[in-house]
Amino acid sequence: MDEVVRLIDVAKTYVMGEEQVKALQGVCLTVGRGEFVAIMGPSGSGKSTCMHILGCLDLPSSGEYLLEGQSVERLTKNQLAEVRNTKLGFVFQGFNLLSRTSALENVELPLIYARVPTQARRKKALAALDMVGLAGRAGHFSNQLSGGQQQRVAIARALVNDPAVILADEPTGNLDSKTSEEIMNTLRDLNAKGITVIMVTHDADVAAYALRRVTFRDGVIVSDSAQEPAGRQVEA
Amino acid sequence: MDILLSLRIALRALKANKMRSFLTMLGIIIGIGAVIVMVAVGAGATQVISEQIASIGSNIILVIPGSTTSGGLRAGSGSVPSLTADDARAIKAECPSVAQVAPTLRGAVQTVYGNMNWSTLILGVTPEFLEIREWKIVSGRSLAPSDVDGALKVCLLGRTVADILFGDEDPAGKTIRIQKVPFTVAGVLESKGQSPQGQDQDDVVLVPLTTAQHKILGTQFPNTVGSIMIQAKSAELLGQAEVEATALLDQRHRIGPSKDRDFSVRNLSEILALSQQSSQVMSLLLGAVASISLIVGGIGIMNIMLVSVTERTREIGIRMAIGAKQRNILLQFLTEAVLLTVFGGVIGILLGAAGAAAVAALFNWPVLVSPQAVVTAFAFSAAVGVFFGFYPARTAANLNPIDALRYE
Ligand SMILES: Nc1ncnc2c1ncn2[C@@H]1O[C@H](COP(=O)(O)OP(=O)(O)O)[C@@H](O)[C@H]1O
Ligand SMILES: [Mg+2]
Repeated sequence: MDEVVRLIDVAKTYVMGEEQVKALQGVCLTVGRGEFVAIMGPSGSGKSTCMHILGCLDLPSSGEYLLEGQSVERLTKNQLAEVRNTKLGFVFQGFNLLSRTSALENVELPLIYARVPTQARRKKALAALDMVGLAGRAGHFSNQLSGGQQQRVAIARALVNDPAVILADEPTGNLDSKTSEEIMNTLRDLNAKGITVIMVTHDADVAAYALRRVTFRDGVIVSDSAQEPAGRQVEA
Repeated sequence: MDILLSLRIALRALKANKMRSFLTMLGIIIGIGAVIVMVAVGAGATQVISEQIASIGSNIILVIPGSTTSGGLRAGSGSVPSLTADDARAIKAECPSVAQVAPTLRGAVQTVYGNMNWSTLILGVTPEFLEIREWKIVSGRSLAPSDVDGALKVCLLGRTVADILFGDEDPAGKTIRIQKVPFTVAGVLESKGQSPQGQDQDDVVLVPLTTAQHKILGTQFPNTVGSIMIQAKSAELLGQAEVEATALLDQRHRIGPSKDRDFSVRNLSEILALSQQSSQVMSLLLGAVASISLIVGGIGIMNIMLVSVTERTREIGIRMAIGAKQRNILLQFLTEAVLLTVFGGVIGILLGAAGAAAVAALFNWPVLVSPQAVVTAFAFSAAVGVFFGFYPARTAANLNPIDALRYE
């Protein structure tokens, strides 16, 4: 199996004054290309911490993280920025789009930092918006879009630079169940096209879309198993 | 990231907070505007003095009768007619540092042409006078040595006199009366404008020195002249020429322990150069004082940029999460700061120029908004943006992505 991410005995400890919070302890996780993983677990069990490490937004206190076989430990801040730009796509619970900025420009942003020329940039961004079914909303500002539409713009932004993996931390956490379904269908369709997806959720219905389920408790993985995906069968 | 794009992003950020951006810019607008007005006022004064220096002629020393100080008492300059045309000739002949000498005799006269009459200043001069003063003829001919030798009744009219007596008519060749004596107008002098003392230098009639001495301003001392203008061979020889002329006149006038000096020598060029220097220093000082307000404006920029960085911590986090490098963030905020100051600078330059024009109109003070001042002000405003924008921009660039994203 072509491996995309591998965590080896990763621990993360936050120091808050006298207190030490062990957010992750001895986490080992390997995700192959094309997988669709749902991470579950109670609040405070370390899911987000794990996603931040996978997303190169934070570094582990100990252990090793290999992204496409390469350790990120020794990378400089600039190199980490480049890795986030080219290999990772992050989808947040709170959408995190730039305000007063059109959907198209939001999606173009990673390409701007990747120094993609204007023409190619526009084309790729429009294609990404098309993939999430928002080609008609390219010119809308983010505050003119519904929550579901905003999250789909965020997904388009995450996938526009052809990342190795899309990391989604509770992508449906701020959405109603009907909109959640739309978002999950979008992610599932992307996964069907071969894009690796790792998603955190504590909603069992949402987790059911994934092909594999990993459960955290108190900073450790307590279960990790394949599952039959719910809903419409993937035609691929 | 290309410049155009960064500019657009910065512009949008500034537009999002129009009022704040404007108030922040106001500091720079006032600072740059003040610098422009102050420097324009100073430069205007300097320019006027430079023009006066040019109108006087270069490297000039003036010898006038009467001592400057004698035993604490000051005899009125020119009160004793002690200088003669022979003194002038001797200076020309015997002082090696002297290039030209021009003796002059002055008086007040009534001039008449047709039914127009005008009282003006008459100057008896030799052709050298016109050379030293670099005074050109705009119509007709100049004075010739033969006019002086023959004490001919010809004259040159200053622009003002020509305009008053003749209006649009060309005076060359016409006859006017000076103190009832008919004179032929040989030519008209080009305009010189105001003298350093604020007199109209064009309100004058020039006649040959000999004619003035014998036919108009006849005095009880024939051959006396009112003053002697000396031109040194170069600026470096100015002091030397002054020493030589003084020594020669001391000798000719037998000045010694028993006789006080009956003339005085003034280095006109030096006096003017000094006043030019002091006006330059003044304009520099005015500019420096005005720059302080520019620094205050810059601190305002820094303050607002720091607030802006804090407010937009989340935006910074988002940008970093999708791949912005520290350099990108630094440039983004630096561009905003520089855009603010450059906008403010341009508005300040325009307002400053308008303010300078207002000063000129209201106080009748000469002002000069020079291109250098404008370019310098512009560069300065950009530099203020870079200088005061750098710290906030670096603060933004040094944020940790995860902390920035978590910021509420
Ligand atoms: N920046 C931080 N500083 C201190 N403690 C933190 C920080 N981030 C998370 N934690 C702690 O680490 C633990 C795991 O948090 P998190 O990964 O956000 O859990 P989850 O996403 O599963 O709810 C929690 O106890 C949380 O309080
Ligand atoms: Mg979480």
